[in-house]
Amino acid sequence: MIAAILSLTLLGAALGIILGVANKFLQVEGNPLVDELIAMMPGSNCGQCGFPGCSGAAAAIADGTAAPTCCPPGGKSLATAIAAKLGLTVDLSAMSDDGPKIAMVSEELCIGCCRCSKVCPTDAIIGAAKQVHNVFREACTGCSSCIEKCPTEALVMKPVPVTLQHWVMPKPAAA
Amino acid sequence: MGFMNLFKHFLGDDWGVHPDDHKRPAADKPVRIMPVPHKLYLPLQQHLGGPARPTVLVGQKVKKGELIAEAQGMVSAPIHAPTSGTITAVTEITAPHPSGLTLPAIILEADGADEWCELQCCDDPFALPAVEIGKRVAAAGVVGLGGAAFPSAVKLTGALRAEVSTLVMNGGECEPYLSCDDRLMRDAAADIVDGIRIMLHATGAQVALVGIEDNKPEAIVAMQAAAAGFDAVQIRPVPARYPMGSEKQLIQVLTGREVPADGRAFDIGVVVHNVGTALAVRAAIRDGRPLISRLVTVNGNCMANPGNIEVRVGTLAEEVISFSGGLKGDGIGLARRVMGGPMMGMQIPHWRVPVVKGTSGILAFDTAEVAEQEPDPCIRCGSCVKACPMGLLPLEMSSRIRNEAYSEAIDLGLKDCIACGCCAYVCPSKIPLVQYFVHAKGELAAQDRAKLRTDATKKLALQRQDRLEREAREKAEANAKRKAEREAAAAAKAAAEAAAKVETQGESA
Repeated sequence: MIAAILSLTLLGAALGIILGVANKFLQVEGNPLVDELIAMMPGSNCGQCGFPGCSGAAAAIADGTAAPTCCPPGGKSLATAIAAKLGLTVDLSAMSDDGPKIAMVSEELCIGCCRCSKVCPTDAIIGAAKQVHNVFREACTGCSSCIEKCPTEALVMKPVPVTLQHWVMPKPAAA
Repeated sequence: MGFMNLFKHFLGDDWGVHPDDHKRPAADKPVRIMPVPHKLYLPLQQHLGGPARPTVLVGQKVKKGELIAEAQGMVSAPIHAPTSGTITAVTEITAPHPSGLTLPAIILEADGADEWCELQCCDDPFALPAVEIGKRVAAAGVVGLGGAAFPSAVKLTGALRAEVSTLVMNGGECEPYLSCDDRLMRDAAADIVDGIRIMLHATGAQVALVGIEDNKPEAIVAMQAAAAGFDAVQIRPVPARYPMGSEKQLIQVLTGREVPADGRAFDIGVVVHNVGTALAVRAAIRDGRPLISRLVTVNGNCMANPGNIEVRVGTLAEEVISFSGGLKGDGIGLARRVMGGPMMGMQIPHWRVPVVKGTSGILAFDTAEVAEQEPDPCIRCGSCVKACPMGLLPLEMSSRIRNEAYSEAIDLGLKDCIACGCCAYVCPSKIPLVQYFVHAKGELAAQDRAKLRTDATKKLALQRQDRLEREAREKAEANAKRKAEREAAAAAKAAAEAAAKVETQGESA
C-alpha cells in the first residue's frame, strides 16, 4: 500500500517536472493554427478582407479579431470549414454567397486595355493590347480584383458553369 | 481459412440480391441488324479517361472505319467513323448521362455507301508480339463493353506488365433486362473463344475462366462447345445473383481470391474483361476493324417489341426504338428512360441521346416497374447489410452522409462501395441508399478537385509575386547601371575637358 502510494507520488512528481521543463524549453514560436488556416485560404492575396493578404487574414481569424466569414472568394464553404476547425458557430445568412463565382469577359465589350490582366493575382487573364481578353476558368479564384479595373464593364462575375466533369449527383431528399 | 470465412461457411455466403431477371423473351429472339441512320452523333468521350481530340474538319469526307478523333493521354480511346459520309459539325449534344448536360461530339452524315477504308488484317495473331496486340487494340478504340467503357488496351498491356496469371472473362450479365452478352455467346461463341485466346496471348495469362450465370443455359452450352478444344479456356457456370458480374465478386467466386480494399485485380494476378470485348478484340486484330457498332438490348414494359439489335455507335436511342417497333401506345405510361442496366444504368432526360460504345441497353419502364415510393424512416432491419456484396454497412453510411459527415462515411468504407444498388433494392423503407453513396462519392471527388485547384492557384499567385519582384529588381538594376554609365561618361567628359583646359593653359603659357 505505502509502496504504491510512494511510487505513484514519485512518478507524478517526476512527470510534472519533465512537463514543466519541456514547456520551458520546447515552446513553439508562432501559432501553428495560423499556418493551417493559411493552407485553407484561397492564397490569391486579393485583399478583399481588408487584411494584407491571406496570411494576415488567417492571423486575424486565429486570434479572433476577424470573423471566419471575412473571405469573399472562399465563400460559405471556406467559412464553414474554418468554423469547424476553430470550433466556432458562424452566421452564414449574412454572406451573399450563391456558390463559387469566376470572372468572365463579354467579348463584344472588351477593348483590350490590359488593365485587368495586370491586377490578376493568379495571372488568370490572357490577352494582349487591343486584343480581346479571356479568363482561364481553372486559374480564376473569383477574387473580383479585375472587375473594378475594367473601363467598359466587360468583366462580370458569373457562377462557375457546371460541366459534365464537374457535375455531382444531387443529394436525395431527406426521409 | 480465417475465422470469418468459417463463420461465412456456416451462415452461407449470401451477399447480393435476386431480382426478377426479365431477360426473356428478348434474349430468345434473333438479333436484328439496324440499317445505318441518316445522321450519327459521336461524343468525343465514350470511355473512361481523357476525351478524344477530333482529327477531322467540318465538310471532310470519311470512310467507314476511318479515325475521326484520336486518343489523348494515357487512359483514352480513339473514335472511328461508323459509316462513310461527311462530317457536318463538331458541336455540343446531350450526353447519355443523368445530368442532361451537353458534351462535345462529331456529327457524321451518312452517304449510304457504307464503304470501308483500308484495313490491316492479320491471319495469325499468335505470331504477333503481345505488346503489338495491345497497340492494335488501342488503335481500334476498343473499350470494355460491359458498361464502364474502360479502354481495353490499357488493361491488356497493364496485365502483361503486372504478369497476371488468370484472365477472368465476364459473361455474368447479372443486370436484369439485359441480354446482349447472352445473345453474343449463343450466336458467336467460336469467335468469342478465339478473341479470348488472343487476349490470353496479349496478357500473358495462362488460363481464362469464363464466368456465365446459370440463368443462361443456352449460352453455357454454346460456349462449352466452342471452348472444347482449348484447355486454357474454361467455361464456369456461376449462380445467378446480382451483382455477380461485378469485377470483385466474379473474381472471388471464380478464383477464391479477394481483391484488396485499396488495390486492383492486377494485385492478385487477375485481369477481367467482358465477353463482348473479346469479340471486339478479335475483330480489331483479325480483321483490323475498329469498334464502330455494338449489340444493344431494347427492353422494358413500354417497349412494343423487345429484343437485341446491332446498332452503329452514334445512333440516337430514339431511332433504335422506332426501328425495334416503337413504344407501346406511343409512350403512354412511360415512367423512366434508362441507358444501360436497370440497377447501375443511367436515367436519361429524353430519347435524343446517342448510343455510345458502353451502352448495353435502352430500357423504357412503366410506373409498375419503377414503383417510386416516398422513403420511410430506417427500421434498422439490416437487410442492406446482408445484401451488400462488399460487406459494408449501408444504413450507417447513409446516415453519416445525410448529415454531411463524409469523413465518417469514408471510415465506414464508402470508398469500397461499388454503387451496385443492392442496398436500395432490398430496403423495405425504400431509402435511396445507393443514391446517397453516389452523391457522396461525387461530392468527395469535387472536394479533391477544389483542393488541387486551390494548390494550383496558390502556386500561380506565388509565381506572379516572384515575377513582379524580379521585374522590379531588374528594373532597379538597369536604372542603377544606366545611372552609373551616365556618371562615368560625365566624369570622363569632365576629365577630358579638364585635360584640354590644362593643355590650352600650357600652350598659352
